[in-house]
Amino acid sequence: MFDVGRIRADFPILHEAINGHPLAYLDNAASYQHPRTVIEAISRYYEHDHANVHRGVHTLSHRATEAQERGREAARRLLNARSVREIVFTRGTTEAINLVAATLGQSLRPGDEILISHMEHHSNIVPWQLVCERSSARLVVVPINDRGEILLDEYHRLLSERTRLVAMAHVSNALGTVNPVAAIVAAARQRNIPVLLDGAQAVAHQRVDVRALDCDFYAFSGHKMCGPTGIGVLYGREEWLQRLPPYQGGGDMILSVSFSGTVYNELPYRFEAGTPHVAGAVGLGAAIEYLEAVGLERIEHYEAGLLAYATEAIGAVSGVRIIGQAAHKAGVVSFTVDGIHPHDLGTVLDHQGVAIRTGHHCAMPVMERFGLAGTARASFAFYNTTAEIDRLVAALAVARRMLQP
Amino acid sequence: MTTDAQLSRLYQDIVLRHSRNPHNQRRIEAAQAHADGHNPLCGDRITVYLQLEHGHIREAAFEAVGCAISLASASMLTDAITGCSTAEALNLAGEVEARLAGQPATRDLGEIEALSGVRAYPARVRCATLPWRTLQAALTGAAQTVSTEAETR
Ligand SMILES: Cc1ncc(COP(=O)(O)O)c(C=O)c1O
Repeated sequence: MFDVGRIRADFPILHEAINGHPLAYLDNAASYQHPRTVIEAISRYYEHDHANVHRGVHTLSHRATEAQERGREAARRLLNARSVREIVFTRGTTEAINLVAATLGQSLRPGDEILISHMEHHSNIVPWQLVCERSSARLVVVPINDRGEILLDEYHRLLSERTRLVAMAHVSNALGTVNPVAAIVAAARQRNIPVLLDGAQAVAHQRVDVRALDCDFYAFSGHKMCGPTGIGVLYGREEWLQRLPPYQGGGDMILSVSFSGTVYNELPYRFEAGTPHVAGAVGLGAAIEYLEAVGLERIEHYEAGLLAYATEAIGAVSGVRIIGQAAHKAGVVSFTVDGIHPHDLGTVLDHQGVAIRTGHHCAMPVMERFGLAGTARASFAFYNTTAEIDRLVAALAVARRMLQP
Repeated sequence: MTTDAQLSRLYQDIVLRHSRNPHNQRRIEAAQAHADGHNPLCGDRITVYLQLEHGHIREAAFEAVGCAISLASASMLTDAITGCSTAEALNLAGEVEARLAGQPATRDLGEIEALSGVRAYPARVRCATLPWRTLQAALTGAAQTVSTEAETR
């Protein structure tokens, strides 16, 4: 049995009172909350183990290095990567994507194409726009249908000998769509085109296996999976990482430096210039251990129940339109309420302790596709309950009484 | 922490009356002055149009997609500045911004005072100030779109 009460007891912040009400935290797509084990792992690290990594012979430097590498091994396990050489620490999904754009992007030529979808987060759009501008390559966008699903036929049509990379969300943050990534990767691999998957919204909701997916790059953020901010991961297939030029230059990414030539470090350190976010790696490792202990299959199953419940309950409120009705969704209900701007809705809900996100969710092309300035979005984690969804629905009724004409 | 009283003050009747039926919500073709405003945090967009005559605002109107607060603010703005000289309108814009930022009143702002309910909601202050900033841009001829984030970034 999935004992959500016991899980909630592990998350101190879930017991905060907000404006005199118990917190109903339904903004998990923006950032997760943290179990005590993660918070304690970070303080323990600072209390007992901190020093710079890979640099000292002294005990603490050794402990810090080990602590960071345990986090890396946890990330390898989470993604089922072949080796820790394929796990590059970054600041988050955004930097992971920028890393690929800055390195792989150097070989782009005029006329080359990068293929993304219409439902990407800005962090999987703007880095490609920047490299396309520099190289005169073209950014090509696969359209989506009114349910918020990628048009696979169009995807197949747009894949061509000019395509240098496919970069797509595994799960959409604005719509909740789970994309058919297996089919997307398979078609690209047939043409030897590398695929980057933005897994920011996937890793905390289901088991991800980069070997089974067969993708070349996979990006995610610690803070969207119970870990700290400021740390994330770029998985890169080793053959690809070997081929890419360095990203940033500095300490740790080199083996030797001289003015006649510098020898770069081995993977993954070659892509990790400067003193890393060691405590972040520690927290990330603890977050992964926590998710593993709860069980990602169980999480996926439990959240499917929450999503179905929420879709029905929110959808039944009069004047509500749910944006994003894909056949396969995870964790997100994006919606509008007739006659109420999402921003006003957000304020009235917050007043009742219900935290949701309102606005464009860093996916302005999605909003434009549906002719909206923004939506209200409830997004779920495994520590949410149907009672919290009931509170959201009750709060919507209050907002309607207060704000609707 | 916000109280029921603060929320009721934010969405008081006069604000909701304006937001539900905004005054002067239309485009003025051939307006002598106009400017666009944008709040990138929530996607609100507004265009303020002004018809000027001998240094006075003969007609003021706006088009907007926005929340109740920004619509009410824009509606009140057009009411308040119609008939004013451009200098008076600029002065009023400065005064309203200061008031919304929490400074004490130096004169009676009339129903605009109702917008000061946003002060309990720091994230919403810019919703109320956006139309006034846009007005300033229209009057001073600043070319670019006004952004509520201009001073915080
Ligand atoms: C799908 C998706 N991609 C990328 C990002 C960017 O993540 P971060 O801000 O942690 O780099 C997010 C987070 O908002 C997201 O939801």
